[in-house]
Amino acid sequence: MRNEKLDLVTGDFYTQNFQKGARENTLILNMGPQHPSTHGVLRIILELDGEYIVRAEPILGYLHRMHEKMAEVKTLVQYMPNMGRVDYGHPLAWNWAFAGAVERLGGIEVPERAEYLRVISCELNRITSHLLWWGAYILDLGAFTPIMYAFDDRERLLDILQIVTGSRLTYSSFRFGGVCADINDKFKELVNDFIPYMRTRLPMYKGLVTDNIILRKRVEEIGYFSPDMIRRYGATGPVARGSGLAYDVRRAEPYSVYNRFDWKVPVYEKGDAMARYLVRLDEIEQSLNIVEQAMASLPEGKHIVDKAPKYTWKAPKGEAYFAVEGGRGKVGVQVVSDGGKNPYKIKLRAPGFSNLSLFAEASQGTLLADAVAILGSLDLIIPEIDR
Amino acid sequence: MNGIATELIRIVVGLVAVAAFVGLNGLVLVYAERKGAGHFQRRPGPFEVGPHGVIQPIADALKLIGKQLFTPENADPFLFWLAPLLSFFPVLLLFVPLPFGPVLTVWEVDLGLLLILAFAGINVLALLLAGWASNNKYGLLGAGRAVAQSVAYEIPLLLTVLAIAFQSGTLNLSTIVSQQGSWPWQWNIVTQPLAFIIYLISALGETNRAPFDLPEAESELTAGFHTEYSGMGFGMFFLAEYANMIVVSGVCTALFLGGWKGPFVDGFWWYLVKVYALLGAMIWFRWTYPRVRFDQLLNINWKWLLPLATLNLLGTAFLMKVF
Repeated sequence: MRNEKLDLVTGDFYTQNFQKGARENTLILNMGPQHPSTHGVLRIILELDGEYIVRAEPILGYLHRMHEKMAEVKTLVQYMPNMGRVDYGHPLAWNWAFAGAVERLGGIEVPERAEYLRVISCELNRITSHLLWWGAYILDLGAFTPIMYAFDDRERLLDILQIVTGSRLTYSSFRFGGVCADINDKFKELVNDFIPYMRTRLPMYKGLVTDNIILRKRVEEIGYFSPDMIRRYGATGPVARGSGLAYDVRRAEPYSVYNRFDWKVPVYEKGDAMARYLVRLDEIEQSLNIVEQAMASLPEGKHIVDKAPKYTWKAPKGEAYFAVEGGRGKVGVQVVSDGGKNPYKIKLRAPGFSNLSLFAEASQGTLLADAVAILGSLDLIIPEIDR
Repeated sequence: MNGIATELIRIVVGLVAVAAFVGLNGLVLVYAERKGAGHFQRRPGPFEVGPHGVIQPIADALKLIGKQLFTPENADPFLFWLAPLLSFFPVLLLFVPLPFGPVLTVWEVDLGLLLILAFAGINVLALLLAGWASNNKYGLLGAGRAVAQSVAYEIPLLLTVLAIAFQSGTLNLSTIVSQQGSWPWQWNIVTQPLAFIIYLISALGETNRAPFDLPEAESELTAGFHTEYSGMGFGMFFLAEYANMIVVSGVCTALFLGGWKGPFVDGFWWYLVKVYALLGAMIWFRWTYPRVRFDQLLNINWKWLLPLATLNLLGTAFLMKVF
């Protein structure tokens, strides 16, 4: 757009590029980077016809922190704290993906007890991730109260996770060959209290929020993703499972001890925002099942191998890939080592990036309010997308 | 001559009293809303300023008054600042015919209901001006929503009010109240339950309160029509919203809930109790329900409220004619 007063072209590269395609009688709206419902600094350029969206284009890069580049100037052990900061929602999945890749590369055996501890802490972290999403999503839809309830429950979980990880948000507690600390009696007591407590909360959430007619009208039959779209964009996690694709890394490429527990992969066929919503709520329940069984069958032993790598440890030459199921989908880490002190290259596969790609196609022709509902149902964590 | 002077003095005193009442009520409602929201959300709400945070609204007001009044670039300064004034001052007039008590009415107007409905319409103009003059795309979208919403919801509101007017044979609010009895089964809500429900829903839509707060839908339009307002510019809209809430609750009380009449001892306290009960319900709705979508909002109105209100009106008219 040409500003007559200043006699210069306004708008940055993206806006100008987007405006080339604008038709007459449409309004170009810049949603974000600072907007209440873009969860951080996602920016979306929208072309609106009235309140209907003609085109949408997400623009990334406002939270790029060069995590992949940072890996090249740090040793593998030094890089672990970065993994807690890629995705603040479910950092333990990233911890696990990275630790798993390095263990695969270095041939490090993980003690059985450590695997169980990883499962327990990772699943508890998944519940915090879904609770955070749940509260924030309902907030996007205009109800302010549920997020406070979700945070109340999440707070209890953070207290529990603090015991094993030492921090409350950006965990980096996994080590190559185990985890940093064993659990104590306090942890056991709190987890055993939490599981029945959370099971009483979920029906309440269903009655209070999920069955609310206004909410159902806002999310049902909104943002339909066909299985074909999911495959084309490579979306994973609850987004894929909401469209009838029963793909869960914990089942599809079993890792650790997940096969020893009795749990289901929640799948909904409808592919709308409500399906994704229900998948996540069901996953909270399944995670509780896994944690309960893991706590009951926790084997004795060490929580970390005796000769765990120190920070000067050099990985052997080669490359390895490890994927785990994070709160948002498939979290993958590829570690390439040339035998030196620092890794040659680390590639992070963030599920949010693929999931966000669905937005532009799915939001076409919907209302502005629906775009917010679709965006929220993708469960985006912007730092993970930008890395 | 003497009579006119008395009337004039009465109106001036009344308007000053109304202004004070609106200001004070704004403070009380801000506190009630924030405290209520706090308790709905399992947190204490404001707690720091004064015991249990009772002075918090005054601190809020001082903060709003002390802030810089900022006019955005390329905004129309005259219309931009006219809008908040236009949204607040007509609301004061709406209090004139409200019967707070047997004698506690600023001015008993025979066309009281008409006066209220007429001046309530000005609020839409203010919202439209605010969104248009602030040269902001979100503001524009919010203003567009405000107009469509207010125009839509005014009609069922009018139809339900007319049903009561048919039944009572008058537009004078004091007369309508005096026709009702002291006990709940003698109130108009018993004869007009459908009108009461439609009135409540339309009143939420008319005052832009959640779940119908679309003109300022925070998660979609950042702040809608008042995105660009700071300080008292925003404060005026805020105060006008609360004043409007009191007016619609006050009219509802007078029409359906027996006004200042109540069990045992009649008086203005019953009026205040009922108004505050309705306001409490409005606050409760806001902190419980998600926001409806815009097309759904209009669907509720045009496909449900309007036909129902029309049927209700026709039914009332028929019954009044027959009996």
